[in-house]
Amino acid sequence: MTDVKQQIRSYIFDNFIMAGDPGGLKDDDSFMDRHILDSTGFIELITFLEETFGIKVDDDEMVPENLDSLNNIENFLRRKKPA
Amino acid sequence: MNAATLGPGILDIDCARETGRIAARLVEIVARTLHRRGVVIALSGGVDSSVCAALAVRAFGPGKVFGLMLPERDSSSTSLTRGRQVAEQLGIEYAVEDIAPALEAIGCYRRRDEAMRAVFPDYRADWKSKIAIAGGAQGRINHFKLVVQSPAGETRETRLPLREYLQIVAATNYKQRIRKAIEYFHADRLNYAVLGTPNRLEYDQGFFVKNGDGSADVKPIAHLYKTQVYALARHLGLPDEICSAAPTTDTYSMQQGQDEFYFVLPYDKMDIALWAKNHGVPAAELAAHLGIDVKRAEFLYKDIDAKRHTTRYLHARPILVDAVTELQG
Repeated sequence: MTDVKQQIRSYIFDNFIMAGDPGGLKDDDSFMDRHILDSTGFIELITFLEETFGIKVDDDEMVPENLDSLNNIENFLRRKKPA
Repeated sequence: MNAATLGPGILDIDCARETGRIAARLVEIVARTLHRRGVVIALSGGVDSSVCAALAVRAFGPGKVFGLMLPERDSSSTSLTRGRQVAEQLGIEYAVEDIAPALEAIGCYRRRDEAMRAVFPDYRADWKSKIAIAGGAQGRINHFKLVVQSPAGETRETRLPLREYLQIVAATNYKQRIRKAIEYFHADRLNYAVLGTPNRLEYDQGFFVKNGDGSADVKPIAHLYKTQVYALARHLGLPDEICSAAPTTDTYSMQQGQDEFYFVLPYDKMDIALWAKNHGVPAAELAAHLGIDVKRAEFLYKDIDAKRHTTRYLHARPILVDAVTELQG
């Protein structure tokens, strides 16, 4: 699952931050509070998760507890797609 | 900052004094800063543009205010009726220009419908549609839904995928941008300035199209909460239908309130939330005042900040790598 987190970190870094230190993004940092993702950014992130991990994110799953940090996404994917 | 307290009358203004103050500033800005001879204003039939037109008439007199009504295929028929009613009441010269042919030629409707059909393959040009914001009011992440209605009245809705969402918004933004091009044609021809009509809520939260309705030379009511704009409308004696009309986007063919499209709550509550945030009122007090739970009030504050951050680029002037200091000041 660490690979999964790394994949998401790279995606977020390449698409939204674009420069600087990827290590500056901690696993439990909120994308909203750090102004890394806005609502359009979350739609992009969801599209990425659906296409990359073959899942479908339902409307009622679009909550910060599932999507608003690397840790939250990792846990969410684990629940959606048990290894 | 010491937190203020919410109570009745927080948004009350002295309408006579405010009218005089804005009118005096308009003269100063248009004549002495911009060196223009009058103003052009697009009248949507809503309260904001009607109040701006009435303020401009107070400032310059009816002979130096030129009104424009710029309907298109999806405009409500009441927009034109009310715009004309205001122009005639104020005694200003005005023109009506249907922008549908320009929008058709530039591909606005075709590109919008192409994106809609990617989501609903049955969608045809005679269907009605709108985009609605969803999620935020339930504490979820904001996203957008496309709602379509067939001529038979069947309604369908779905969450919009990114590409289609962006294309629909990009295509409909042509409407505000074409309107602005026409406003500037008349402003150039008359040597006038263009008035922009956002209220404080719209201006603060970035509810405008960059280089569309966001473009103007002066924005006379951008410091006023929407509730205060309605108070000015009554003070200025505008028609009752305008003083009591609920704000709409008038951009999509299905009826659409601004609170469905962009704001989480109706304008009167959003005004209070924005005022409370600006005055350091704790979320718990806002929650008690609006009759909502504290978590939702906290979300409202967070959403106001998020929208400010997201739309910062809409306000930004073109940014230079190095300042050209000779032109500053």
